[in-house]
Amino acid sequence: MTSVELDALRLSLEVAARSVAFSLPPAVVVAWILTRARFPGRMLFDAFVHLPLVLPPVAVGYALLLLLGARAPLGAWLRAHFGIQLPFTTAGAALATAVMTFPLMVRAMRLSLEGIDAGLEAAARTLGAGPLDRFFSITLPLMLPGILAGAVTAFAAGLGEFGAVITFAANIPGVTRTLPLALYTAMQSPDGEAVALRLAILSFTLGLTGLLAVELLVRGVRRRLGR
Amino acid sequence: MLRVSVVKRRPGFTLAAAFAAPTPGVIGLFGRSGSGKSTLIDTIAGLLPPDEGEVQLAASVLTDTRSGIAVPPERRRIGYVFQDSRLFPHLSVAGNLRYGEKRARSIFHYIRFEELLELLGLGPLLERRPHELSGGERQRVALGRALLSQPQLLLLDEPLASLDLARREEVLPYLERLRDWLSIPMVYVSHQFEEVLRLATYLVLLENGRVLAAGPVGEMSLRPELRTVLAPDLVGAVLDGLVTAVDAAGGTVELAVGSGRLQVSLRDVAAGARVRVQLLARDIILATQPVHSLSVRNALRGTVVEITPEEAASVLVRVDVGGPVLLARITEAARRALGLSPGDAVWVLVKAVSTRGHAFRLFGAPARAS
Repeated sequence: MTSVELDALRLSLEVAARSVAFSLPPAVVVAWILTRARFPGRMLFDAFVHLPLVLPPVAVGYALLLLLGARAPLGAWLRAHFGIQLPFTTAGAALATAVMTFPLMVRAMRLSLEGIDAGLEAAARTLGAGPLDRFFSITLPLMLPGILAGAVTAFAAGLGEFGAVITFAANIPGVTRTLPLALYTAMQSPDGEAVALRLAILSFTLGLTGLLAVELLVRGVRRRLGR
Repeated sequence: MLRVSVVKRRPGFTLAAAFAAPTPGVIGLFGRSGSGKSTLIDTIAGLLPPDEGEVQLAASVLTDTRSGIAVPPERRRIGYVFQDSRLFPHLSVAGNLRYGEKRARSIFHYIRFEELLELLGLGPLLERRPHELSGGERQRVALGRALLSQPQLLLLDEPLASLDLARREEVLPYLERLRDWLSIPMVYVSHQFEEVLRLATYLVLLENGRVLAAGPVGEMSLRPELRTVLAPDLVGAVLDGLVTAVDAAGGTVELAVGSGRLQVSLRDVAAGARVRVQLLARDIILATQPVHSLSVRNALRGTVVEITPEEAASVLVRVDVGGPVLLARITEAARRALGLSPGDAVWVLVKAVSTRGHAFRLFGAPARAS
């Protein structure tokens, strides 16, 4: 592999990994709220969480710019108080990816949470377990197949995020030029066809590996739980 | 004493039930499906808050809607054995058993892990996962898990309902052992009279969300309210008696019942044991004179107390046999032929074998406790 390809691959893996780390804890909480909690406006909240699935990724990237750009209030505040700059950085690319893959992750977790009998939590209550104790000793371990599936799906999808990343974090070699961005760049250059093909094959392979990994993981955990 | 008085309104159904039952002992909550039994014990467990009312166990008030007391289930120390066992699928049998025990660490442990394994025969199952257990084994593990949380009250919601007959027989003896060996108060929900008869010391009869009648099992067996719920063939007086003699070869024992003696088919009991029998009303024959040359072993002298007409041209006769009261079902035609009316002296004939299957040991269980 050439250094361009290696750079893009390394960056894609890093961005996807960081995006999963960003979104995992809030995704667990949101999945729990959407399955177990009943409150007014739940449907609206549900729709909002799933919005990135139906919006053009460029629109999501643009919204992030409006919110976290250098001159936007939240962006300026983050920069002034914590020295955090998100646009045009790897962290920013990871954030944009996290937002885009968030609904996928929540979906997988929700599916597994819906499969958990709420009666088990009631049983844990009668055995003396308080709310947090119940969540960590019963709900979370039983959600594990969903958490794993969600994390791996989001990771695999994150490797290929294009629109939101290029809009919010731009296309900077070695900083935000991930696999799909490198592929796009290669296609734009007159003699980049061979590079583009190799990058495309690499993307295919990664995606397929990711999806197979999800399937195997979920099967393994399910077998352990006897379901 | 367990005092419960709750109102819970649901669309199309209102539970408005109140009873006060002595503890320790096994309180049988008996009624048809849909009579509100599960709703009622969920309010006792605290899993379902009542709209109004109170739940009090001994001196501790667990629920009181008027003064805003609602102890959460996790702090009630009430064990719950669910119909569907609800074992945690990600934990082994040992992990399930220890779950409640760990969380009861500040409490005096009256049941130790090793003792419990022996009591419920769980030793060989410890390493298994819940999905590797049979239905009966699951319920035994659920029972053990609830007990190890060191509860002050144990609720059992139709724990045998999902099991077939053979599996039931696998679990029932363990429940009897618990009742007799640990004096932990239990509330046993069932719509099978057989189970209630075998386990309960006190009976609460539930119908359409209301308590129809409540009292010690023997008394309740004579109450007309029970007959509105029970199949006619299952009606009959329940008596607790002491074994006075054992005929090991014949497989029968002799019980002292009132002023008379009763032969009952029962094995493996010693003289002095307390035994419960149900004498089904349909199996009892009445005679106005002493009868000889009959194969029937049991003849008790008694007095007719009351005659109640039933549907299907039969009458139910209450007979006092020197303290205990029996029920006999005879046809209206037979009553007329014998000319029976209250106050008449009669002979009550019971076949020894007819009581088989309804004879139960009750070792230390108090029929009436404080």
